[in-house]
Amino acid sequence: MIWLDTILQGVLLGGLYALFAAGLSLVFGIMRLVNLAHGDLLVMAAFLILVIVTMFGLNPFLAALVALPIMFAIGWSLQYFILNRTLGDDILPPLLVTFGLSIVIQNALLEGFSADSRRVPAGTLETMSLPLGPVTVGLMPLLTFLSAVAVIVALNQLFYRSELGRAFRATSDDAVTAGLMGVEPHRLFATATGIAMVVVTIAALYLGTRANFDPTIGPARLIYAFEAVIIGGLGSLWGTLLGGIIIGVAQTVGAAINPEWQILSGHLAFLLVLLIRPRGLFPRAVD
Amino acid sequence: MPILELRNVSKTFGALKVTQDVSFSLAAGEALGIIGPNGAGKSTLFNLITGNVAADAGTILFDDRDVTKAPPMQRCMAGVGRTFQIPQPFAKLTVFENLLVAAGFGAAQTERDATDRCAEILEDTGLVKRANAPASTLSLLQRKRLELARALATDPKVLLLDEIAGGLTEGECEALVETIRAVHARGVSIVWIEHVLHALNSVVQRLLVLDFGKVIGIGAPEEIMGSTEVREIYLGIKV
Repeated sequence: MIWLDTILQGVLLGGLYALFAAGLSLVFGIMRLVNLAHGDLLVMAAFLILVIVTMFGLNPFLAALVALPIMFAIGWSLQYFILNRTLGDDILPPLLVTFGLSIVIQNALLEGFSADSRRVPAGTLETMSLPLGPVTVGLMPLLTFLSAVAVIVALNQLFYRSELGRAFRATSDDAVTAGLMGVEPHRLFATATGIAMVVVTIAALYLGTRANFDPTIGPARLIYAFEAVIIGGLGSLWGTLLGGIIIGVAQTVGAAINPEWQILSGHLAFLLVLLIRPRGLFPRAVD
Repeated sequence: MPILELRNVSKTFGALKVTQDVSFSLAAGEALGIIGPNGAGKSTLFNLITGNVAADAGTILFDDRDVTKAPPMQRCMAGVGRTFQIPQPFAKLTVFENLLVAAGFGAAQTERDATDRCAEILEDTGLVKRANAPASTLSLLQRKRLELARALATDPKVLLLDEIAGGLTEGECEALVETIRAVHARGVSIVWIEHVLHALNSVVQRLLVLDFGKVIGIGAPEEIMGSTEVREIYLGIKV
């Protein structure tokens, strides 16, 4: 029974990693941009939620709702005014710029909030749990997982059922031709990054209420997100969820064997999948 | 009144003068053919008109508006539609989705209008049966038809056709020319680069000859085809 519980906890943790990764996957899929500041933007969103919670005394869920449009605007502007300039045939400029951005965000957060560990208080929700057959699951982990599924369903709907999604896919296919069809790539990319930041805010809500965070933890979250995206197969959102679950389960199982093995076993699972399926579990047919 | 006018347009790539002082105008409703040997700068001329390549000098007027500095997307929305010599469909989108992108953004239509219009275009271009197939699965003729259909979906005033009849069999070419003639009859102005002369001459009113980036002749097809200079340069015949 303890094992079933461990695995279930891992699956739910995987939902959190999938939330970290979905925005990264979205941006990479549309504009081939690897955003190295993704983890730091996540931590920034967590601080933003914390500020709104402490200043207005709001419930964290309401605070996240307030943070959503702010983060969308930040993502939109970041892409439109800075990152669009780095896109081109050379893949180095976006890496350098987002790496620099990562350092800037970390230091700005250190300056503003100090290096103390923080947590977004979620009140009684933190300790509430539901009996699920033979095991009991925490309400917050369950909500995290369900949110990840909802985000992925919503993103897939957006991608395959809407006009905006068609333009995303057309631009991802061939940006020059899309321009000739009247699609303005720069605005479109800005919207995509804005949407990615909305997903990041949802992830930040669960990151902030579930565990302690401080300004420097961004890059480590980025690595989990990368691993989930790569295991899943670049560009497949359901693959990203599965990737997150594999890492989550590996971490909880590793931790159950020996608490020191938690992080290590997640990375080992990642290497193992790469060894067997170098292109991920659901690779795109052509790339 | 000209719908499209180029005044002294020039473009160099390094030391190569690909477009030299090119001037011509296209009357609304006219069909103009462009011929010239490979490397004469025909496709570059199209890139200059669509805005994919910026002109070094000269002015491009579209519908009485100076578009010399306008980005491709604005020119598309103003009514410049083009097809590519090598078809460039959005390979992962279905045929219908390819058209919907063009209609929704290029022609700024609502989802509902775009859907209706695209269904008509599929009918006109003979692609109905492949509407839901991914564009990557089409044959060459179907890809060429998709190029034409997608350009039409942007609701162009001027349609730029880049060697759309190349590589097709006689019968396929005939059918495609029929479609183009129908588009022209509806009032769309056409500029058509083509090596398949009999196809071209059955549609256009005037021919423009380009060689080394320069306009060396423009006029009625029989007049152009009869000129010794054109025959020497273009057809390689010593007269």
